Amino acid sequence: MMLRIKRVPTVVSNYQKEEGEEGSRRGGGCGRNCLRNCCLQGARLPLYTFKKVDRIATDVLEHGKSEPPVSFLNSLLLGEWEERMQRGLFRYDVTTCETKVIPGSHGFIAQLNEGRHLKKRPTEFRIDKVLQPFDENKFNFTKVGQEEMLFQFGESEDGEGQFFTDATIDPENSPSVVAINVSPIEYGHVLLIPRVLDCLPQRIDRDSFLLALHMAAEAGDPYFRLGYNSLGAFATINHLHFQAYYLTLPFPIERASTKQIATLDNGVKISELMNYPVRGLVFEGGNALQDLSNTVSDACICLQENNIPYNVLIADCGNRIFVLPQCYAEKQALGEVSSELLDTQVNPAVWEISGHMVLKRKKDYEDASEENAWRLLAEVSLSEERFQEVNALIFEAIYYSGNGSGADSENVVEDANAKHKSTEKVNAINETSHSAMVTGSQGCIVLQ
Amino acid sequence: MESQLARIEQSFNARYSLRVREALDELHHNFTITDPAFPDHPIVFASRGFLKMSGFLREEVVGNNGRIFQGPKTNRKTVMEIREAIREERAVRVHILNYRKDGTPFWMLFQMSPVFSKEDGSGVHFIGVHVPLRRNKKITNDGADAAWNEIAFRPCRREVCSDSLVELTRFLALDTGTSCKGVEIEESCEASELEKHRAATAINNILSVLARCSESTGRMVCGKRCSLPAAGLINSSLNISLGRIKQSFVLIDPHLPNMPVVYASDAFLKLTGYDRHEVLGRDWHFLNGVDTDSSVLHQIHESILVEQPCTVCILNYRKDKSTFWNRLHMSPVRNATGKIAYFVGVQMEEKCKSQDRRRLSPEIRQLGAVGAVKGNNLWHRWTFLYTQMVPVYERYLEKSSVADMVVGIMDYFDPGSYARLTTRLNPFNSLPGTSSDSVRLSEVDQGLH
Repeated sequence: MMLRIKRVPTVVSNYQKEEGEEGSRRGGGCGRNCLRNCCLQGARLPLYTFKKVDRIATDVLEHGKSEPPVSFLNSLLLGEWEERMQRGLFRYDVTTCETKVIPGSHGFIAQLNEGRHLKKRPTEFRIDKVLQPFDENKFNFTKVGQEEMLFQFGESEDGEGQFFTDATIDPENSPSVVAINVSPIEYGHVLLIPRVLDCLPQRIDRDSFLLALHMAAEAGDPYFRLGYNSLGAFATINHLHFQAYYLTLPFPIERASTKQIATLDNGVKISELMNYPVRGLVFEGGNALQDLSNTVSDACICLQENNIPYNVLIADCGNRIFVLPQCYAEKQALGEVSSELLDTQVNPAVWEISGHMVLKRKKDYEDASEENAWRLLAEVSLSEERFQEVNALIFEAIYYSGNGSGADSENVVEDANAKHKSTEKVNAINETSHSAMVTGSQGCIVLQ
Repeated sequence: MESQLARIEQSFNARYSLRVREALDELHHNFTITDPAFPDHPIVFASRGFLKMSGFLREEVVGNNGRIFQGPKTNRKTVMEIREAIREERAVRVHILNYRKDGTPFWMLFQMSPVFSKEDGSGVHFIGVHVPLRRNKKITNDGADAAWNEIAFRPCRREVCSDSLVELTRFLALDTGTSCKGVEIEESCEASELEKHRAATAINNILSVLARCSESTGRMVCGKRCSLPAAGLINSSLNISLGRIKQSFVLIDPHLPNMPVVYASDAFLKLTGYDRHEVLGRDWHFLNGVDTDSSVLHQIHESILVEQPCTVCILNYRKDKSTFWNRLHMSPVRNATGKIAYFVGVQMEEKCKSQDRRRLSPEIRQLGAVGAVKGNNLWHRWTFLYTQMVPVYERYLEKSSVADMVVGIMDYFDPGSYARLTTRLNPFNSLPGTSSDSVRLSEVDQGLH
């Protein structure tokens, strides 16, 4: 049985349209200045290259004595964003939306945004497969007009960060771009699209995740977070992308207490979220940035391969990463969510789970309470039992790859798959203290 | 840096008199005092006990931000908690891992408390008390034992592994020959009641000294916010955020009759040659002069009225009467309720037209400043601040008036409600249960957490 839910997607680009919709004035053909071969020739887009860093600049290491000024990347991003605002490319002015912090100890943030969701008929979304192949016929980011693109973002080739106002978009370089989200939640809401021309489906891989982490580090602002939604966890477009925006308030999830459960060889510290409606893991530390990035990527890949929908929040300039498996879409499809919650039309994606709720109806905004927010998010979370099962999967996957000699992600994924033919083996790990893990290049064998 | 240090010293003396350092040095506590009005919120005073504990010299500490004591193993969440408390101008108490000058880490109970001006309720300083935590010596994996020799330890390690995962982590640690480091420096360390009490006492003592010294200069301070800051005044947390924006810009308050300047960046002062006190409060077109095109002024004024951005090229005058062509971009900045709070004006001197392809274009650079102001969502912070403060006021006002007050707070930038709000709450001192002299830190603390 294929699980589907009906929902009204959020439009992130002015060029996005529903499948089967009558041709709009932007429909079909070209001359729209998109990114496909028809328009790419000679196209120009500013290019920002960053110097690859080994560690996130914790203030003391890099900036030592002085407060980092608004970083170059921030000026570029905000400046270009403001310019698009004045050009009228956004569907509404997000700064006119009312926002408040809900009284209570967690500090959930509620925004009244009546314009974000379209007043359209809902369409069906398949939500039972986290990994789905890229479909050229559906909307993807190569169909976006170049005016919605702000700049290209990539690693510098000569080890020094640089900026080129007038760079060409060179397909040979497989450029990654930052684009506006035309239905912003907050000021500066953008999309990071790794290797846009390669048309990757929505799934995390090591390289793309590292790129996202570098963006967080380059922005250097703890209030600039990046987020990721897998398919089945409210990603609307099956074309690999991250989201990002500024909010100069702590997210409730960032304020939640954590309990450390492990430290890996590569220095990555893993904790569990405590006293928060959604269960999840927090990753920090790492001997090098790459270690943290790879560990989290591998955890995500494991979830993908096991068809578990999840969201990721990159916070604190990339120093803290939250991974949250969820099951709300499945519950919705199976009719297990109360209609009261469904009526709010809140789709709990990464921002909502982090504690920033965008509400469509004035009534919901005015009645917003910590209790309501908690109740909604609690529906999203995996049960304790299921969460521990998923944790066990994750730990196996990251532990193996942490020891492997730079085995690339595909090998890890394969092996992880082979191991998890049944959950019995997984449960065995939890039950006995005598099981051992043998590592090697062949794969992981769990002995009972 | 030189002149900044001089300014820091001058400012500290101006508020507390020259006697203050002597008086503070008589206290035996380890503490620092920071000033959020200066860029990057630097330390302006460090006690002798603190310098001894941390191993730094005074000149290495004063003028720098407190993050110089943090290091790679300092818990990021704790750093965030301190940052948020600063931005909200409230007290906080955390356990934090700090580093001495020689790089050795040590656990500390850090208690921070704001100091408010009695006159206008603005936050003027933060006191940070540092109490080193006593722990029993234990074996750590990485041989950091030597550094702990001088302090006696007591066990405080909490069980890190939950029951359900204890097996998992154990098997990860065992046969594979790698360690799942169960005992390690990153663990938090709980302070004893004695240590907490010591920190609270220290805060009170320091506040008493500051309050006493400030009486002689007439610029009195107290440990509680005694009145709400005047409408239009930028508070210290906004100051810190806005201070990071390096372009020349001002914020004007369009609600007041002469639309005064309420904030001016350092770059603006440099461009125009004015000092800050000469600029704040002045009406928005003080840069204009004889030859300034009045139709352009009219255009700007119109834009403000219709709440729209505009870009103009206008002839402006510096303090020394020299002129420059100013490419001015004005844009409305809204608060959390979606209403306009300020207008931001970003100046750019039109001199050289050459464009370096490797730098942001002037237009984008200018809009970048606008974006940084808007993106800072500082107005949300005000809401947060006051929703936190409501519980404190709740104890002194009747419940019915609290609801009223919240509305007033949300409409903070509406001068009408603001006036009603402040009449009810000022002066704080005269309300039952408060004393103008002593500091009820524990009350403030409880109310805000």
